[in-house]
Amino acid sequence: MTSSTTTKTAAAEVTPRRRRRGHSFTKTDRAVLAGLVGGPTLLHVLLVWIPAFCTVALSFTYWDGIGGLDQIHWVGLKNYQQIFTIYQDFRPAVRNNVLWLGFFALIATPLGVILAYYIDKELKGTKFFQTAFYLPMVLSLAVTGIVWDYIFRTNGFVNSVMGDTSAQTATSWFGDPNKNIWIVLLIASWRHIGYVMLLYLAGMKSVDPSLHEAAAIDGATAWYTFRKVIFPSLRPVNVIIIVITVIDSLRAFDLVYIINRGRNGLQLLGVLVYDNIFGEATRIGWGSALATILFALSIVPIMLYLYQTFKRDN
Amino acid sequence: MVTGKSSKVGNSIAISILFVFSLVWMFPIFWTLLQSLRPYGDVLKFGSVSWPHHLNLHNYWTALVQSQMWRYFINSFEVAVPAVVITLFLASMVAFVVSRYSFKFNVALLMLFTAGNLLPPQLVFIPIFRLYIHVWVPNFINGDGVLYNTQLGLILIHVALQMGFATFVLSNYLKTIPKEISESALVDGASVWKHYYVVILPLLRPALASLGVLMTTWIYNDFFWSVALLSSGDKRPITAALSNLQGEFFTDYNLLAAGATLAFIPTLIVFFTLRKQFVSGLTLGSTKG
Repeated sequence: MTSSTTTKTAAAEVTPRRRRRGHSFTKTDRAVLAGLVGGPTLLHVLLVWIPAFCTVALSFTYWDGIGGLDQIHWVGLKNYQQIFTIYQDFRPAVRNNVLWLGFFALIATPLGVILAYYIDKELKGTKFFQTAFYLPMVLSLAVTGIVWDYIFRTNGFVNSVMGDTSAQTATSWFGDPNKNIWIVLLIASWRHIGYVMLLYLAGMKSVDPSLHEAAAIDGATAWYTFRKVIFPSLRPVNVIIIVITVIDSLRAFDLVYIINRGRNGLQLLGVLVYDNIFGEATRIGWGSALATILFALSIVPIMLYLYQTFKRDN
Repeated sequence: MVTGKSSKVGNSIAISILFVFSLVWMFPIFWTLLQSLRPYGDVLKFGSVSWPHHLNLHNYWTALVQSQMWRYFINSFEVAVPAVVITLFLASMVAFVVSRYSFKFNVALLMLFTAGNLLPPQLVFIPIFRLYIHVWVPNFINGDGVLYNTQLGLILIHVALQMGFATFVLSNYLKTIPKEISESALVDGASVWKHYYVVILPLLRPALASLGVLMTTWIYNDFFWSVALLSSGDKRPITAALSNLQGEFFTDYNLLAAGATLAFIPTLIVFFTLRKQFVSGLTLGSTKG
């Protein structure tokens, strides 16, 4: 972000030069380069990476947030031990996160791929279908929660159609801890499916058409071609979709938070982190330990993503 | 299954299924719209699934004027616009350097940004929150004198996080643009800054537009950070402020429907007018080259 006055002096000093791997920069050029890279990197590291490592460090401490940093006590693995043994919300949260991941991986993501397969055929009305499936993506998860509340609330659409909207006897879709997570998964999938479809469609459009043709000449059915030719050739997109599926399942927060603050059957790790900071009691150690657990679970998909994206650069 | 006739039958079945699916998909949005147009008393009397006896914009008027939702729109813009502009500017600088010069740190740097973008926000927010309640800011930014509960703080975290994604996307985009264009600039003896500002930045325009549309939508839709970093309801952007319409003991659900509709209307407008940019913004990051 150096001012443009430096440009003039730089331009004046420069002698004609070829690209010679970083040895031919003027002083100004070097300063500009350092600024161009250093400024943004500093901001990113300062506000993302350093806090991330602080969280990991804090997960081994006890701190109720009152008083200065000298009130932080080192407790080793005690937070983790307590979370695994006595924290009652932990088990349901893990169960729900696993359920979320399983539901996305086994139902929502494949459905998105199948939809993409049919949309790619460019059947009649394809534009309309595409628009319909993309729509949920532009809605925020908070609004999504509100929108679906009208469908599943006690006197909402579903119960009205089923003919019982009384607060006493009607099915409480969001209130029943055995049912509500399934409803939430349905809602989350409403959004996820369109996203997967979009990414997959873009991938399929980039497939060399001659692959299709070659398979068609061999007399393969469209579905066979998709399974044996197109799908394997879309490895990069597949990896990205796997990563997005896992990461979104781990991050989940907004939807359950707007529905019931993530309680009573809707516990999620992401919400527990938040609860331990802003809830009735501030337990920074517990919150950090939970966040670190989330981080540990995210490492594999993050590495997978980096490997897939950067392997050709090296 | 390869004969023309059976595939035609198959296609019509597929079309019908897709048609039913897409109606189901749009139904919740349509339903919310309908609720927003009905007075609360009407629904109380006849139930939510009933012939709408009265349809009017009264709930919208109440939401916008009485509940002062227009303020939250302003909040949203005050956060999203600077955040997106700064993000794009910073990300384009890094993308320029890593894609036009061969430094040893290039790949490592890109990996740092990309991975940073994939971290769960929960991992970042505890220290950020603790930091923000201690960082001093002048009184004209926040009467409390700290960064916590300011839109500036929210903008900063959005910039830091979104920059990862934007840098990654922009550098991928730049890699598809032939280096010869840059080389002619270098032969002309342009400085690094000129190379960036005059040669590269204009080339990036289509990618910046797509990213801009996408990130504006994302930041506009953000809920987590707004709730975590803004304690006063009146500073929150619209998406997070919706919970202000939910009363503790009583909620006028038709009013809330109008509020939710108002909140998603801008994103729908963006989607329908700039759909190409929105979609390409999403896919720029996923398909390489």
